[in-house]
Amino acid sequence: MKKTWQTAVVVGASSGIGAALVKRLVAQGCRVAAVARRHDELESLAVWARKAGGGGEVFPYVADVREAQSVLELFETITGDLGGLDLMIYAAGVMLPVQFEEYDTAKDLEMLQTNLSGAVAWLNPAAQRFARLKRGTIVGIGSVAGDRGRSGSPVYNTSKAGLHTYLEALRNRVARYGVKVVTIKPGFVDTAMTKDLPGLFWLISADRAAEIILAKARKGAVTAYVPARWGLVMLIIRSIPSFIFRRLKV
Amino acid sequence: MLSADRLEWIEGWGEVLGGAGYVFRPSILEGIRVALREAGAGGVSVALRGTGCSYGDAALRAENIILDLSRMDRILSWDGETGIIDVEPGVTLRRLWRFVLGDGWWPPVVTGTMETSVGGCLGMNVHGKNNWARGTFGEHCLEFDLMTADGELRTVSRNDDPETFNAVIGSFGLLGVITRARLQMKKITSGLVEAKAVSAGNLETLLRLTDEAKDQWEYVVGWIDAFPRGRKLGRGLLHFARHLEPGEDAEPAQTLRAEAQDLPEDVFMMPKSAIWRLIKPFTNRLGMKWINRLKYLSGATLGEGAIYRQTFAEFSFLLDYVPNWKRIYRPGGLIQHQSFVPVDQAEAVFRRQLEACQKARLPSFLGVVKRHRPDDFLMGHGLDGFSLALDFPVIAGRQERLWQLVRTMAEDVVDAGGRFYAAKDAAIPGELYRASFREDQVERLLALKAELDPQALLRTALGDRLLEAWQ
Repeated sequence: MKKTWQTAVVVGASSGIGAALVKRLVAQGCRVAAVARRHDELESLAVWARKAGGGGEVFPYVADVREAQSVLELFETITGDLGGLDLMIYAAGVMLPVQFEEYDTAKDLEMLQTNLSGAVAWLNPAAQRFARLKRGTIVGIGSVAGDRGRSGSPVYNTSKAGLHTYLEALRNRVARYGVKVVTIKPGFVDTAMTKDLPGLFWLISADRAAEIILAKARKGAVTAYVPARWGLVMLIIRSIPSFIFRRLKV
Repeated sequence: MLSADRLEWIEGWGEVLGGAGYVFRPSILEGIRVALREAGAGGVSVALRGTGCSYGDAALRAENIILDLSRMDRILSWDGETGIIDVEPGVTLRRLWRFVLGDGWWPPVVTGTMETSVGGCLGMNVHGKNNWARGTFGEHCLEFDLMTADGELRTVSRNDDPETFNAVIGSFGLLGVITRARLQMKKITSGLVEAKAVSAGNLETLLRLTDEAKDQWEYVVGWIDAFPRGRKLGRGLLHFARHLEPGEDAEPAQTLRAEAQDLPEDVFMMPKSAIWRLIKPFTNRLGMKWINRLKYLSGATLGEGAIYRQTFAEFSFLLDYVPNWKRIYRPGGLIQHQSFVPVDQAEAVFRRQLEACQKARLPSFLGVVKRHRPDDFLMGHGLDGFSLALDFPVIAGRQERLWQLVRTMAEDVVDAGGRFYAAKDAAIPGELYRASFREDQVERLLALKAELDPQALLRTALGDRLLEAWQ
């Protein structure tokens, strides 16, 4: 009987929504593999989990999502260490500051690597495994920013749009096996990524975002805006004709 | 790295415990060696699995190799004169009885389903409804070939090496892989049994009648309605059976045909494959209370004292009557708690168990009583006493309470000097298992494990539960 997640992997777990997801899962008694580059933050999570009790546990793994070639072996190690895998979350993401009319290819490719290529590298083996076992849930943390191509952050938008499309394709591929793939599109969340960004509104905490994300994933939602009101906003924004949108300062 | 192609979801029969495993299904001995070698090289373990009929975690260990021996299902030799048969471990009891019946033989001990494998029956040292009369499955094994974790093959016989023989059988598949078993079948002169049904109004009567019947009837099994309280607590129906004597069956050549044993296609004029769907809406406390009540009342009135003839298969394999009946317990699955208690304490312990279930509002939907005898196996569950097997649905939100109930019942069993049946278990804490054995039994098993499998390649989730508590 698998009514609750007993095991989970969170990639991009050292801070922000990823760390909040780890904490919420641990509090529910889940064994969580926390994957990120920063060792100290992962250790802090593991220490926190030990003190928190609740039956959950954090297994820290230091890895850089940009190094796709090492993922397969690490993925297998993790599933062995956890004793299974019920929930796979890709929460790694970067939004590097880009000036208007800045064309820094290195910076852009880094965002693509972290936000999109890393997701493919980690979610592909998870999807393959879940399809084979005919169970499991995949959650990808996209962004409302992926719904339109904005002049201010072309490649961040692209990376998230690409992630959304990849998740949709993955869902279409594995749904027949009973595997759920959930696309999460957060609005503004109070994390290091949004620190010092101007014009934020409806800002929610990472913990609140994590709570909503897990609730949506448990329900097996297809796409979920976090919080939900962003769905209406993005419906309107997506409906704006291109010749008008390009004139807007968004 | 093990190939992801081998990944499969593997569950215990009760569909409560499960996990992903890298499944190897060898058909020859070398295939077993390959699995053992890959396990050693990959730093993973090997869990032996037959047909997956153990209710809990006896044939599971998530993220490790599952060595499924069901394809090693050849009958290697058969002597219709002596009733001695050599089989591979994946041979099921179905295949076994169908093969030997025509020559006038029958497996002396069978489980309630014919889908169990010989390897699994030996690994868990199963018993049947005739445990008092015939002992366990292992008592009818003469010798076996054992592949140890290093890939070496040795023949272990009851006569030449009784200590290893008695340790391997019933040690949960943790000491080696049985690759061939030589079994002694029981001579019969008819494919029918004569059975008798009687009712018992309470637990005391039920146990007394069971005890009185044990020397008169080969097969003795009691069904308990676990719902009534007070004076009716533990009421139930008893079924006894015996083999027919020569001359009692007018057409032995006909009844000894395998086809004559086939279970009926319809039950109460319903296709039996559809019956679980009919029962499912009643698989709740109220529905099961009434089903148990009606079963008891009909047995105690219409069927009281009835003597009738049945085929061996009809009497023996009750669990196969309704295909997929365990689906009535979906989505949560079921667990069974079977405890063995010495004669003098059985009534008191079983009474407390039934009362504890009722008090916890977790009544068993099916209870079965059997009479048992001690045996010589190192980790045997047999004793001079009774067993009570209780089936429970696992329902989301109530699982923690159910596990606590199992712990409470198990503690009482240990205090009474009782035992447990690992083939059925999913929830008993390892330390209570340990407490049900003598220290020297545990030490001997650990010593043999260190000798035969020093790298601990052969592991199961059940074994971990037991051995971690034992080390």
